[in-house]
Amino acid sequence: MAEMTISTPPTTAAPPGEAPGKAPRGARRNAAVRRVRRRLVHLLIVLIAVTFLSFVVIDLLPGDAAVVVAGDNATPAQVAQVRLDLGLDRPMIVRYIDWLGGVVTGDLGKSFRTGQPVTEALAQRIPVTFELTIVAEVLALLIAVPLAIYSAYRPGRFVDRASMTLGFGAAAMPQFVFGMVLIVLFAGGLTSILPATGYESFFTDPLGNIRTIILPCLTLMIGEAAVYRQLLRSDMISTLQEDYILMARSKGLGPRTILLRHALRPSSFSLITLSGVNIGRLLGGTVIVETLFAIPGLGQMIVQAVFNRDYMLLQGGLLFVAVAYVVINMIIDLLYLVLDPRVRRDA
Amino acid sequence: MPDIRKTSTQSLESLEKVSATDTDALDSEVTSVDLDLVEPITGNTATEPVKARRTRTPIGWYLAWFWIAAVVISAIFAPLLPLWDPAVPDYNNVFGGITPEHWLGGDTLGRDNLSRIIYGARASLLVGICAVLLGAVVGGILGMMAGYFRGRTERVLSLVTDVVLAFPGLVLIIAIVAILGASLTNLIVGLAILSVPTFIRLARATTLVVTQREFVHAARAYGAKPMRIILREIAPNVVMPIAAYGFIMVGVFIVVEGSLSFLGLGIPPPTPSWGGMIAGGRTQLIEYPHISLIPAAVMFLTVLAINYVGERSRKLFEVRESNL
Repeated sequence: MAEMTISTPPTTAAPPGEAPGKAPRGARRNAAVRRVRRRLVHLLIVLIAVTFLSFVVIDLLPGDAAVVVAGDNATPAQVAQVRLDLGLDRPMIVRYIDWLGGVVTGDLGKSFRTGQPVTEALAQRIPVTFELTIVAEVLALLIAVPLAIYSAYRPGRFVDRASMTLGFGAAAMPQFVFGMVLIVLFAGGLTSILPATGYESFFTDPLGNIRTIILPCLTLMIGEAAVYRQLLRSDMISTLQEDYILMARSKGLGPRTILLRHALRPSSFSLITLSGVNIGRLLGGTVIVETLFAIPGLGQMIVQAVFNRDYMLLQGGLLFVAVAYVVINMIIDLLYLVLDPRVRRDA
Repeated sequence: MPDIRKTSTQSLESLEKVSATDTDALDSEVTSVDLDLVEPITGNTATEPVKARRTRTPIGWYLAWFWIAAVVISAIFAPLLPLWDPAVPDYNNVFGGITPEHWLGGDTLGRDNLSRIIYGARASLLVGICAVLLGAVVGGILGMMAGYFRGRTERVLSLVTDVVLAFPGLVLIIAIVAILGASLTNLIVGLAILSVPTFIRLARATTLVVTQREFVHAARAYGAKPMRIILREIAPNVVMPIAAYGFIMVGVFIVVEGSLSFLGLGIPPPTPSWGGMIAGGRTQLIEYPHISLIPAAVMFLTVLAINYVGERSRKLFEVRESNL
């Protein structure tokens, strides 16, 4: 998976429509509605396919959940009883339809291991991962956007070169390596100023929460920031070559106005797409950081569920990740309608 | 689903934009404009300095190739090198520091770090290169078919791509490894499956552009069969962007293999791998950081070199829409 790299895999985006042409005002809203409807249908198909695929994959996992749940010393009769209790004796397709019916009514089943309702487990885990993801993304953008704007304004100069070199290094740094370096630097020996592991909820201990998420968020953020800077910088350089920038300059507008008010918005579409995709990806992909820093998040839950053959928990976690991914993609798609008048007209 | 179709064209554009960014300021837009101005005026005698300026390669290029070559060659010839056995513990070298006998010290069991790094490179490189080759061939062919035939082929492939991408990648590979068991081959197959959608998208987007070109129209007008057009006309134009992207994916997969080993799902011990070494020293991270950080540095430098070379080559070989 292309997680920690400067070469982001091709991402989904909704570029301007292909057929330019003026649409009457009323048709505009219809186009938007049609777009939303089409996306919703697509979303539904992808979700059903993802959940079904995960059922198939889970079914293929070696080892019998009933054996795992019943424990090592269980007799064959006990295992059979457990299998019956969990409903594992039914064919896969029946279990899938049963589960899907539960999803519609908001019932994701219970963890095979602990008996905890899956919705409850998700409610505990999601906020943790969500906090990490959002803080990391915001930090990445806060660092990348100003650097990118200045680098595009003065390409080839010191800031551009220095941030590019650093970014190249950051993109080649595996997350778990960077996290370990941070632990050695800030949580080890003489310089132990931050906790190496653990997590505090913001609501019980705000300060502890901030202290525990600093290192994980830095770890998540560094590679993203490098990619964002690179992307925005190159988009911005091509925007700055447009005629209307020349026009703005000849009107006597200062560089600050041109960069921030004229060039930033039309340059930011790829960046928005990518950061959206990354949020969706991180929600299911912070496993490494959660393991390294011992944070009880969603990624850790999913991996544990694979190890424990806790099918219901795994299924619920994957459902959430897939929904998040698809919904965020849809939001980005619609965001274009808001940000880019050209898309609105052509839609 | 026209959305998806547009989607990937855009993604190729953004990919190209990323790659079009100068990896070094020398090649920036400004310089190339300068060159265009200079070149027509200069005569034969003056071409040399201009040429020298255009082809001046940054030192990083040589350093990167040197590092890659060093890693690859030492990995290939590892059994011939005078190294300690990477699997045999030495109780005098537990947590050992840097000594004349053990140049990079010893790990938690006293095994020689240098030897394990070189043998570990075999595993890491094998996984990275084989997985990319497999994924690129399968994804490339499917992507060209999607881009050429459009219609139902494209819709089905786009849906499959979307489904795989909506699955969290690391979870998918963990599940694959759990189903098939952790071994070198299974890791390669799992990573290849994971990379296929990305290659499909890239190949498809490039094919969409290439199919518009005159020589494809010409081939079609001559009555060439679709398979022939794909293999003879389109494939040669799709190979370079795929290869350049694939090169970078090798670096990505080295990292992924490391991440999996870190979670205890990588190449099973005692076979040394970089990720396994880094994970192995994790418990002693504060007291003996060198056990983890030396292999980490080697992995970092390798990925850095691969990214650097990959970015530059991608810039050289990318499909330029301006050629249309």
